[in-house]
Amino acid sequence: MNNLQKNKLIDSAFKTLGILFTLLGIIVLAILLYNIIKVGYTRVNWDFLTSLPSRRASKAGIYTAIIGTLDLMLLTIIFAIPIGVGAGIYLEEYAKKSRFSRLLEINIANLAGVPSIIYGLLGLGIFVRFFGFGGSILSGALTMSLLILPIIIVATRESIKAVSPSLKEASFALGASKWQTIQKVIIPSSFGGILTGIILSLSRAIGETAPLIVVGAMAYVPFVPHSLFDTFSVLPMQIFTWTTRPQEGFAIAAAGAIIILLAITFIMNGIAVYFRNKWQNKLQ
Amino acid sequence: MKIKEKIIEVFLFLCASITILTTIGIVVILLYESISFFGSVSIIDFFTDTKWTPLFSEKHFGILSLVSGTFLTSAIAIAVALPVGLTIAIYLNMYAPKSFRKTLKPLLEILAAIPTVVYGFFALTIVTPFLQNIYPDLETFNSLSAGLVMGIMIIPFISSLSEDALYAVPKSLKEAAFGMGSTRFQTAIKVMVPAASSGIIVSVILAISRAIGETMIVAIAAGQQAQFSLDPTIPTQTITSYIVQVSMGDAPQGSIEYKTIFAAGLTLFLFTFVLNSVSFWIKKKYQEKYE
Repeated sequence: MNNLQKNKLIDSAFKTLGILFTLLGIIVLAILLYNIIKVGYTRVNWDFLTSLPSRRASKAGIYTAIIGTLDLMLLTIIFAIPIGVGAGIYLEEYAKKSRFSRLLEINIANLAGVPSIIYGLLGLGIFVRFFGFGGSILSGALTMSLLILPIIIVATRESIKAVSPSLKEASFALGASKWQTIQKVIIPSSFGGILTGIILSLSRAIGETAPLIVVGAMAYVPFVPHSLFDTFSVLPMQIFTWTTRPQEGFAIAAAGAIIILLAITFIMNGIAVYFRNKWQNKLQ
Repeated sequence: MKIKEKIIEVFLFLCASITILTTIGIVVILLYESISFFGSVSIIDFFTDTKWTPLFSEKHFGILSLVSGTFLTSAIAIAVALPVGLTIAIYLNMYAPKSFRKTLKPLLEILAAIPTVVYGFFALTIVTPFLQNIYPDLETFNSLSAGLVMGIMIIPFISSLSEDALYAVPKSLKEAAFGMGSTRFQTAIKVMVPAASSGIIVSVILAISRAIGETMIVAIAAGQQAQFSLDPTIPTQTITSYIVQVSMGDAPQGSIEYKTIFAAGLTLFLFTFVLNSVSFWIKKKYQEKYE
């Protein structure tokens, strides 16, 4: 076999390996989904969604966990979106090229890489203990907001950057002030991108468990939170505690709850991709 | 009008400043509790003792056992994700038809969007029993299946970011290599990967940092026994899963158990901070090279 043939052989062998590895990721995904659905589908029904958690696996439901997740997300939206989008606008439109703005930039890149459980320790130290909010849904939502802030800021900046400068210049030429330009021109034309970033960050937050465990989300909450200072549980927390129970019935309940959690995550990601494509088409 | 503009600017500035306060908050909280922890535990024991038993009556505070657990699970994850992720990146960039690349990349990214608690369930109830068929001595909780599943999870970090780096290499380099009669494989290994090396290294560092900080997979599938050992078949504990174990219990504020999670958290934070800073530095340097 001459050199040329040998090289061609290596080339096609690598191509096969590439296809195999790419498929491997997708096959593992399929195995994961298949097994979870196989184990858990019997539990996914209206009773499961509307029952309180129970010590008896066959009667346990995810009502408090679902309501807890919804409440937590609602609060997180209220805290994180204005601050995240505001910070993104500031960095892109106002911040001058100073050492401080460079520091801000490095700092945000670094925060995005801090493990989520460290945010849990931050929340425990500041919101739970220092401000005395306890292991409440308020502490959980504030912690979660800090966690997703870097994602929202980066998404906002990227979307604003993608807006053509000619639009901005046209607005200034018409005599609009800086804020008028941001409000009437920049935000509307970067809205699709910002929205995509927000949805993705929320889909990340819905699946987060570790920081909430540290902040004090409860494994067993027999009631729905009525005020900001009530204890709470969330869907991933419920899955975690059921998974760690030895009885078979709880594994089935955990699989059922995972189906619901994955459905929410995939739907949110799907919506985000839809908005991104729509927005990118509009830009071009 | 002028005043309104100014108020808005100040408000937006305050929004941005919250990120600085977050970092200060993290550092202050971790240091404050850790300093008080090192008031009652010798820092030399912390770094040299090989036992970690703060929840037992005979207490040892050797972080090395948690670090070895963290290292072991992360190393297994990277051993899976690096070869697979990099091969996928090269395949998508050099071989796959354009339409293929456009569908496969988002499909793989689903792997990173799945909540980690789901992966923990998968590792414990599906992967471990499967591996036990092959190797019956594998214990129910072990770092092998936790590491393998974590590896699957971080494949998209390496494949997507490395593919972006390969994509950014100027087309002329690729065409020159083809023009010399190189195969796609030769072009990839001798030209493209070296040219994109900084971007690829950044992707790997981010993946390592992600693996070190990963919590739920190890908390569910790797067990809760801190051991200074690199045996992947036995239960182990990582820094993150220790913090979860204490948080699930009822450690009263001010107790030594309560303080250990901050000392462990500080160790974890330092590891990831160094890794993130290195990757940020490489990224900046690399941008200058091409612009």
